[in-house]
Formats: sequence, C-alpha cells, structure tokens
Amino acid sequence: MAEETLLSVQNLKTYFYTDEGVVRAVDGLTYELHEGETLGIVGESGCGKSVHALSVMRLIPTPPGKVVEGEILFSGTNLLKLPEEEMRKIRGNRIAMIFQEPMTSLNPVLTIGEQIAEAVMLHQGLAKKEAYDRAVEMLEKVKIPLARERVRDYPHQFSGGMRQRVMIAMALSCNPSILMADEPTTALDVTIQAQILDLMRDLQQEFHMAIILITHNLGVVAEMADNVVVMYAGRPVEHASVHDTFRDPRHPYTWGLLHSIPKLYERKERLIPIEGQPPSLIDLPPGCTFAPRCPFAMEICVKADPPEYPIASDHYARCYLHSEHATDEERKAAVAAGLAASTLGRRV
Amino acid sequence: MSTVSPNSETILEVKNLVKHFPITKGFIVQRQVGAVKAVDDVSFNILRGETLGLVGESGCGKTTTGRVILRLMEPTSGAASFEGKNIFKLNKEELRRLRRDMQIIFQDPYSSLNPRMTVGDIIGEPLEIHNLARGKEKLRRVQELLEVVGLSPYHTNRYPHEFSGGQRQRIGIARALAVNPKLIICDEPVSALDVSIQAQVLNLLQELQKEFGLTYLFIAHDLSVVKHISDRIAVMYLGRIVEVAPTEEMFANPQHPYTEALLSAVPIPNPGMRRQRIILPGDVPSPINPPKGCRFHTRCNYAQDSCRVNDQPLLDVGRGHYVACEVLPFKHQRSKAAVLKAPAS
Repeated sequence: MAEETLLSVQNLKTYFYTDEGVVRAVDGLTYELHEGETLGIVGESGCGKSVHALSVMRLIPTPPGKVVEGEILFSGTNLLKLPEEEMRKIRGNRIAMIFQEPMTSLNPVLTIGEQIAEAVMLHQGLAKKEAYDRAVEMLEKVKIPLARERVRDYPHQFSGGMRQRVMIAMALSCNPSILMADEPTTALDVTIQAQILDLMRDLQQEFHMAIILITHNLGVVAEMADNVVVMYAGRPVEHASVHDTFRDPRHPYTWGLLHSIPKLYERKERLIPIEGQPPSLIDLPPGCTFAPRCPFAMEICVKADPPEYPIASDHYARCYLHSEHATDEERKAAVAAGLAASTLGRRV
Repeated sequence: MSTVSPNSETILEVKNLVKHFPITKGFIVQRQVGAVKAVDDVSFNILRGETLGLVGESGCGKTTTGRVILRLMEPTSGAASFEGKNIFKLNKEELRRLRRDMQIIFQDPYSSLNPRMTVGDIIGEPLEIHNLARGKEKLRRVQELLEVVGLSPYHTNRYPHEFSGGQRQRIGIARALAVNPKLIICDEPVSALDVSIQAQVLNLLQELQKEFGLTYLFIAHDLSVVKHISDRIAVMYLGRIVEVAPTEEMFANPQHPYTEALLSAVPIPNPGMRRQRIILPGDVPSPINPPKGCRFHTRCNYAQDSCRVNDQPLLDVGRGHYVACEVLPFKHQRSKAAVLKAPAS
C-alpha cells in the first residue's frame, strides 16, 4: 500500500488482573493502519477486539486492567508512553471513537448540541457560538433533518439510528485521522444499519480518515473493510485483504466462521458449526488457542503457539498448517476444506 | 429445512389478531389517551411439521404476536385456533392442557432460566406441573432430555451460571421439549449467541424437528437465519404482515417494497458480490400513530396517492405468495429477481 502508515500496533498485550487469575484479553496483537484505509477486526465475543480498541484509546480501567507489553505508534509517537495530558489532546481529536450502544453513550441531561460543541470547544478552541454552528453543520453532514432545531433536543428525543448519527457527528467534529468504530451497527435494525454504513462510507471519503471497524458481523466486514484481522481468544489468527479473507482464507478458525454463518444467497441443509466452546481467557490451552476445536490440529499445535506464517504479501496466518510441521498432503487436504468455506469455493 | 407434504393440515390458524397496549393518563382516575398498536390485524396459518419464519425489525410486533398466541398476553381481538380449538376461548384448565402442546424458547438464555434452580429442576418443572413424571421417573426423563439437546446427564445438579450462552439455550430447548409439544414458538432463539455457537443451536433445532415432528414458529430479525431454517416466511412491518411466501420464492421474487429493501440491506459476507442496495429513508413510524393507508408509504419508493389512503390487504399473487401491496407486484415484475441473484463475479 502506497499510503503512509498512520497507526502501528506492535505485539499489544492487555491483561486484567482479577481474583480468579490473569485474564489475557489481548495477547499479542500486531497490525498497521494506513491513511484512508478501513481495517476490519472480526471475532466473537471475548476475543479481545473491544479491549484492543480501549487500549489504543488508553481507556483501559487500571486496575484491574493493564497494557503489559507492546507499542502503539500513532504518527510515530508511542501512545502508551504519552503523559495523560498529551493523550487527551489525541483522544477524541485525532483518534475518535464510536461505541456499540448509541442509547447509553450519550449524556441524557445535555442537549445534542452541547455535547458536540463541548468536544469542539475543548479540542479546537472554538468559541461557544462557533462551536454551536459547527454542531449544526456536523448534524447536517450526518443527514439529520432540521439540524438547526434538533441541535437543541435531548438524546431521548432521537431514535437509535439517529443517536448513532449523532455519535458519528460528534466523533467527526474535530476532523480525526482515525475513527475507531466498535460494533457501530450491532444494536441497529438492518435497514438502519444500511443507512449508517452508507453514511460512514460517504464521510470517510469526505474526511479522508482511516476507520478501524470492530465487529462480529462478517457481512459488514465484507462490505466495508479493505483489510481484515481475524481474532480468536485474544490473538490475531489471520491477517489479510478483505478479498483474501473471504476468497482464500487460510486459518481453520476463519474457515469455521465462514462455514457457520447461514448465507442469504445459497441453500444449505445443514450448517457446519465449530464444535466446542471458546477457551477461558484465564486458563488458555498451551499451544494454539484454537487447537482444541480445530479439526486439523496436529501434535505440534497443542505444544507451542504458532507464529505468523506468511501466505502471500500482506497475508499471514498463525497456523502450523502453513509451516514445515505439516506434510504437503495435510496442507492440501486442509486447504481444500478451507476452499469449500470461501466464497470462491462456493461457486464451484 | 423440513419436508412438509403439500396436503399437510393446518396446526395453527391466526385470524385478524389485534393487540393494542393502552396508554393511560391520570393517577387515580385513569383514562386511556391512546394505544400502542403492536399487532394490528394479523392473519396467518402454520402447517403441521412446517417452520414459519416471522421476520421484521424491532417494534414490528413479531414477539407480541408469539406471546399472544401462547396467551402469555391477552389479545385485544381476533382469533387463534390450535388443532381446531380457539385458544382465546379456553378456560384456565383447558389452557394449561394446551400448553403441553405449545411451548416457547426465549431469546435471552441469561434471563430466561431461574438462577436459583438446578438444571434438573428447571427441566423437570414442566413435567411436574403437567403431571407427566415424578421422582425417579422425572430424573430419568430429565437426563434423557439433556442428552437429546447435546448436554450430559451429569449436568442435572448444576446451576445455570455454570453454563455458557449456547449451553443455556440448550437447557431452554430441553425445558420446552419436556412436555412433548407439537408447536414451539422460537422467539429469537439464536440472536444472543456468537456465530459459531449459533450454528450449533440451529442444527440442533433442525434435528429435533425431524426427530419429533415439531412445528416451529420461528421469530427472528436476522434474515439469513430465518432463510436457513424456514419453509415459509412472513414479513412484518409496524404491526402488520406485509408479505408471506415460501422461502425460495420470497428470496427470488420479493414483491413488497419493504421486503425488497430489507433483503438488499443485509450485508453479504462476499466482498466480490455487488448488489443494488435500496436504502430506506427515515425511521419506522411510531406504532402509537401509524400512518394512514399502507403503513409503509412514508418510506416507500413506489408510493402512489392511493397508498396514502387505501389500506392494503394481502393479495394472492400465486405460488403461495401473498403481498400487501398493489403497486410493486405489477411494476417491473421480473427485473428485481435478476438483481438479487448472485452474480458470477
């Protein structure tokens, strides 16, 4: 990719120290985000995708949580080493975030206008009047009808979809270079989800920002993302372009995910689920965390955690199937099974 | 998907079902100032052994429909008959007997199980209430049910908090199965589960249907899930059914503008696939004061003057397909089907 690297996360580890033990919520996440790119981070609940977002924003409650290792480089500065004062200038300003719950992430006793203006006054140093005008302008940008009147309304006067628009307006009011969107459409109905995704795409063009889209919905990722990180039990298991993630996935967990979702445009008598349950993050199995549920697990898989193996340029999978530990036959058989899960295989 | 013979009999028939929730004002003397028209004139039927999917967005009345049919809520008006008996006319004793035939699985596996009861008590309770088994016999039956839903007999003495979401949903299914029901109303049974677990539960529901000849009313908002499990689908919007059709027919040839938009809005996990997306403007209107005429006209791209005045009844357009729209089915009828088929890109 020719675009410049905006955010570089290196071997991020965020642990929570609880009475029951150490919860390894994020355990070695690495990725790079480029200007204008949309990076999808997918995984099921508890895989660490939201904790990673909070780590980047430095919003992990400490204690019990702590970023124990790693680097988060934003335009060259390590966010983890920044004093809180400096971090505040970045958070909400250069890196903005929208959350899953548009119902609870707005302050119910402040008007929409006050909430948007607050951010602008704080970060951009605008006067109250100008900040209000900016709030109206932002509400117009997110296509809220009668913005000039609605800016005086309270959050409860808005529907779920409208509240998410307000959240987006607030996040974009300071012209951030990165928008961290944590399950932005999960709480919304599909027709409203389509509106919001459409809006995010338009605004990304207009503001030329990068988006980190955290979701469990593979459909949303396929439609929005340029590149995808698939996470399982705190670790990234596959990292590829959106095309390769769906057309040529290489990790058994990615295959499992693609197999288990019912598809709208094909008919299948039976879904192929991933057997078993995700592991407890306190008591992770030795070796590959997916090995206990993996139909292709080999001896080595339960002994040592696999490193990233390159598949192609910009395509990595943490799986021994792609190393010298697997015989050619094993690899071929597994890849054939994986192909069946991909969108490419389904056409055949 | 189950195989339903075409001459299968109707097991449940719902006619002109209405459920309004009154809105009252005043503290001592309460007077009704309006009503939330949650379900407003809904009719459909379900054949024995069939799965009817009921889809719609939040607030469209799909859950209320399910609950009223079970008489967990009293209807405002209308009729529903199960194997010929009018459900709404039964007395308490008859109703209890009916509940042996009709069961429900709830959406939230976390709040639908009593945290202070063991799994054995939870699944065994319906057996006792309906005088089906007691003591040793009850325990044997509970263990058998646990095995049927893919859990182990030794789970009997555990509490709900010891289980994951998917396992809890299995417990809920075992509880529903305990009384050997004929019809199960599945109210968003997999919405709270992760995709890999969701697939396990969907497969289980299908296996049980085959094994016990169950009939499902499957209520959900996720179209891909509904499509996977249903033989026929009914689409609801603002308290009304706007379209009913066999699953394949519905997806190949949606006839209502709302169904069309709904299908196009679902994100497809295939980055190569390009579709024509129809984005509906605005939000769903309030069910307190639904629009006059066709309830969808405020967001419809095809709305004509007549839509704002005339209520649209369900019209038969053939092939078991019914649609509450007089505009779209007669406009560019076939072009839509072509767009919705997966292109070979």
